Amino acid sequence: MNYLLTHLDKAWALTIIHLRLSLIPVVLGLVIAVPLGAYVWRSTALRRLTTVTASIIFTIPSLALFVVLPLIIPTRILDEANVIVALTLYTTALLVRAVPEALDNVPGQVRDAATAVGYTRLAQMLKVELPLSIPVLIAGLRVVAVTNISMVSVGSVIGIGGLGTWFTEGYQADKSDQIVAGIIAIFLLAIVVDVLIMLAGRAITPWARTKAAS
Amino acid sequence: MNFLHQALAYIFTAANWGGKAGLAARILEHLQYTAVAVVVSALIAIPVGLLIGHTGRGTFLVVTGVNALRALPTLGVLLLGVLLWGLGLLPPTVALMLLGIPPLLAGTYAGIANVDPKVVDAARSMGMTETQVLTRVEVPNALPLILGGLRTATLQIVATATVAAYASLGGLGRYLIDGIKIRQFHIALVGALLVTVLALVLDGMLALAVWASVPGAGRLRRMPQPLLDDEVDLEARPPASQMGPTSRPGYERGDPSLTVDG
Repeated sequence: MNYLLTHLDKAWALTIIHLRLSLIPVVLGLVIAVPLGAYVWRSTALRRLTTVTASIIFTIPSLALFVVLPLIIPTRILDEANVIVALTLYTTALLVRAVPEALDNVPGQVRDAATAVGYTRLAQMLKVELPLSIPVLIAGLRVVAVTNISMVSVGSVIGIGGLGTWFTEGYQADKSDQIVAGIIAIFLLAIVVDVLIMLAGRAITPWARTKAAS
Repeated sequence: MNFLHQALAYIFTAANWGGKAGLAARILEHLQYTAVAVVVSALIAIPVGLLIGHTGRGTFLVVTGVNALRALPTLGVLLLGVLLWGLGLLPPTVALMLLGIPPLLAGTYAGIANVDPKVVDAARSMGMTETQVLTRVEVPNALPLILGGLRTATLQIVATATVAAYASLGGLGRYLIDGIKIRQFHIALVGALLVTVLALVLDGMLALAVWASVPGAGRLRRMPQPLLDDEVDLEARPPASQMGPTSRPGYERGDPSLTVDG
């Protein structure tokens, strides 16, 4: 604990790197997965193909992917870009399965009502169906964000930056207080990010609160 | 692609498979870490999940516990464990449990809690004791979700067991981490490829188990070693033809356990 308090500057700098590596992929993954998930939703064949591909991507261990990616895309080994691409793949793989499931759960009456008042297919998707699937997306995002934060820290064994470097440094220097400081910092980071996403989810679904209150 | 050729050449050289530090020994070590961590996680998470799912008390505990465990960094716990307890199976097992317990707990809890209340009430009204309700009705119905949790847990653990090598332990991480350290990237690639294959194989096997366990489909009955008592099997459910779309609406099998997130 002392280590953390006496190294706040360093902790802050590492936190920025850690957040950059773990949260940029969350944003990119969301931007890719929502349109893709909504697009494949109507077609059984496309949806099945997406689900299978996503499952296979999800099965590849992250540490392995960090090492294998430079062979597939033109980046150097141990480049930050590998981490961002790899984690974006995981985020997309997880969310792209959640989106169609969330859309399935939109009640039929709501959909019919939207059609009845004259929404076009696109407007209905953007204004009715996707907003109603926000709670599922938020649940997925929370899992992904916390998992990514943890994965970036594991990446320090192959030289990836972030708060995980305190683990490897502390281990090599036999300083358990540095490792404890790293655990506390990452734990707090994950909890804060988790709570922020949850609060953001509440803020953009005001109807959910009204329903709970009545 | 040069690295890939070298890595494949390494894997397909018989001499690299034997011996104490050969590929076969490393794969076995890797499977050992994985199996120990999965079993210990299951021994903790499944009873707790059954209890909370059955009684409906302590749901808050599941959600908070799952989120908190997920937030703890595996690598930090592993390295701290090695510094505190020394080398051995204990540090990696404890560290990997952090990954194994959340999906198993979430899967078991969600599985039990989502069993149709009508089915549970029917079982009770037939005079089953609480234990019977749990073991003969709730568990068989929850089996796909419990096994789904087991699948996610195994996948995460087998992927992350790689880091054990950083703490001077064995497993396939040896290739990955040593390869990076000595700048022999094809060696790192050998580790990466083998871990991926191992993960895909284990995941495929468990996906099959989840598929076989779907209640009402009678898939387990045709298997040589039924997990459930045959007699109960016949008593507890009507023939598949009468089942119709009953037991679990809105449930898709083979999904990772995103379930418990408040």
